[in-house]
Amino acid sequence: MAGALVHSVLGRRDYAIIGEIVEPGSRVLDLGCGEAELLAWLAEHKDIQARGIEQNGGKVMKAIARGVSVYQGDLETSLHDYPDRAFDYVILSQTLQQTLRPLVVLNEMLRVGRCAIVAFPNFGHWRVRLSHLWSGRSPQTPLFPYEWYDSPNLHFLTIQDFEQLCERQRWTVEKRIFLSGQRDVTFRPNLTAQVAMYLFRQ
Amino acid sequence: MSATASSPLIAETKSARVDSLALDCGVTLAPVEVAYQTYGTLNAERSNAILITHAFSGDSHAAGIDPESGKPGWWDDMIGPGKGFDTDRFFVICSNVLGGCRGTTGPSSLDPATGSPFATGFPGITIGDMVRLQAKLIDHLGIQKLLAVAGGSMGGMQALEWSVAYPDRVVAVLPIASTARHSAMQIAFNEVGRQAVLSDPDWNNGNYHATGKPPSRGLAVARMVGHITYMSDASMREKFGRRFRDKETPSFHFGVDFEVESYLRYRGLQFVDRFDANSYLYITKAMDYFDVGAGFPSLGASLARAQARFLVISFTSDWLYPSYQSLEIVNALRSGNRDVAYCELPSTYGHDAFLVEVAEQGEIVRGFLTQTHKLLSRKSGSRS
Repeated sequence: MAGALVHSVLGRRDYAIIGEIVEPGSRVLDLGCGEAELLAWLAEHKDIQARGIEQNGGKVMKAIARGVSVYQGDLETSLHDYPDRAFDYVILSQTLQQTLRPLVVLNEMLRVGRCAIVAFPNFGHWRVRLSHLWSGRSPQTPLFPYEWYDSPNLHFLTIQDFEQLCERQRWTVEKRIFLSGQRDVTFRPNLTAQVAMYLFRQ
Repeated sequence: MSATASSPLIAETKSARVDSLALDCGVTLAPVEVAYQTYGTLNAERSNAILITHAFSGDSHAAGIDPESGKPGWWDDMIGPGKGFDTDRFFVICSNVLGGCRGTTGPSSLDPATGSPFATGFPGITIGDMVRLQAKLIDHLGIQKLLAVAGGSMGGMQALEWSVAYPDRVVAVLPIASTARHSAMQIAFNEVGRQAVLSDPDWNNGNYHATGKPPSRGLAVARMVGHITYMSDASMREKFGRRFRDKETPSFHFGVDFEVESYLRYRGLQFVDRFDANSYLYITKAMDYFDVGAGFPSLGASLARAQARFLVISFTSDWLYPSYQSLEIVNALRSGNRDVAYCELPSTYGHDAFLVEVAEQGEIVRGFLTQTHKLLSRKSGSRS
């Protein structure tokens, strides 16, 4: 119910799910928060303490004008200023693949936050595999629409990659959600899911 | 919503008298006059008051039109109905700082002990002293807690000082284009300004009130240096370039050749008419002494005293108060997990940007204050 509402407000399914995960009254840090639409919504409906980090000055301006305390800076170098366990949730939505050192970022998220919420596009999706197989070029799909030379994505990870990393790092995964469009998928998610979302902790 | 939302504010300078003020240097000043202006209406709960703290050469006339000169206040684009500091919703106060020369007690005021101006007999002052006087003014106005304290440059230092000196009396603090402490470069520029004043023979050890000849040349030179630091290479190139003033060829004399020379001389002369040379000395020293982290193991440990939420703003081309100084404040606050928003606004205007770049600045200040007000009413709602 709440999820449907979030979706009708934001039109992004991963937002809807984050809205369902986050407990009311908690402290939330959103990395790469853009104009802080998600944080503003969570503050309004879940009474959270909202904080964000965003590099783009124009977006930071809009976020602050919206009433959210956003810090203008690079999320990869800004996390170390926060004390341990400063937040209940640290969110990285759709930007993990764009960070320079994803593992450093993930470890920092788990240091400053009790839990981490990460959403990323699944490079293992069948369309990606087919595109690569048929064209022999770097795959281009609706989810990965860029040419190799102007892609913001630096790392290409699949659901299996992330599962393996969680295992190696001994992170406890509390929740996994796999999506294709607006639908949840459960059957062979590494082939069928476009987006994966994980709630995990140290 | 007030019915007069669109009519311009009329600025009226009022004065309050404080019986005595204990200064950081150990001296007690008594009595002390404070010149101030207010805009908007204080609500019944007295919870919508915002104190604006002025920069080095500012005064209490922050907004509205001065009925005598017809001039707008120094932050008129930011303060007024529907503006960043919305006077339809907030009660805005601005006072002239201690040591100033625009109505508040300073070195040009009469020393009650002698009946003549204090001059260099005026005690040394600090940003902390200025803030203590502002707190007494707020007491006088019957306000227990300010919704916000906001200011640019030296005004930002006062705002920061408020956050740690009176943590339970301010909900939000907005230091803009400011610093937690002056760098060697900032002290150096202030020292050049002071030396320009001190080396003018008319300064006369500060006793120019008796001769009636203030050190105008020295003060004008000091102001010229100041103005260079307030601009940027880009803004000066754009505004003046290498253009000659009223001529096509060089004069081969030391009169005014270039536009930029003419501008600086004009600004220097204009400043002499409205500013007291001894105030210049005292206030620049107060800025140089300011260090909100002094006596603490770190800036973060010092700012841990603060309870307010913060909005810190810097400007890309401000080389006098560079963004790294704002970031120092912001990162110290983040290390204590404080509520802080930070934005570096793009501008070519240098340090002057905080006075000039009002569109984006106004928008974020407005949003931040709206949220502050909302959080405050939610908190007081849940308590009752």
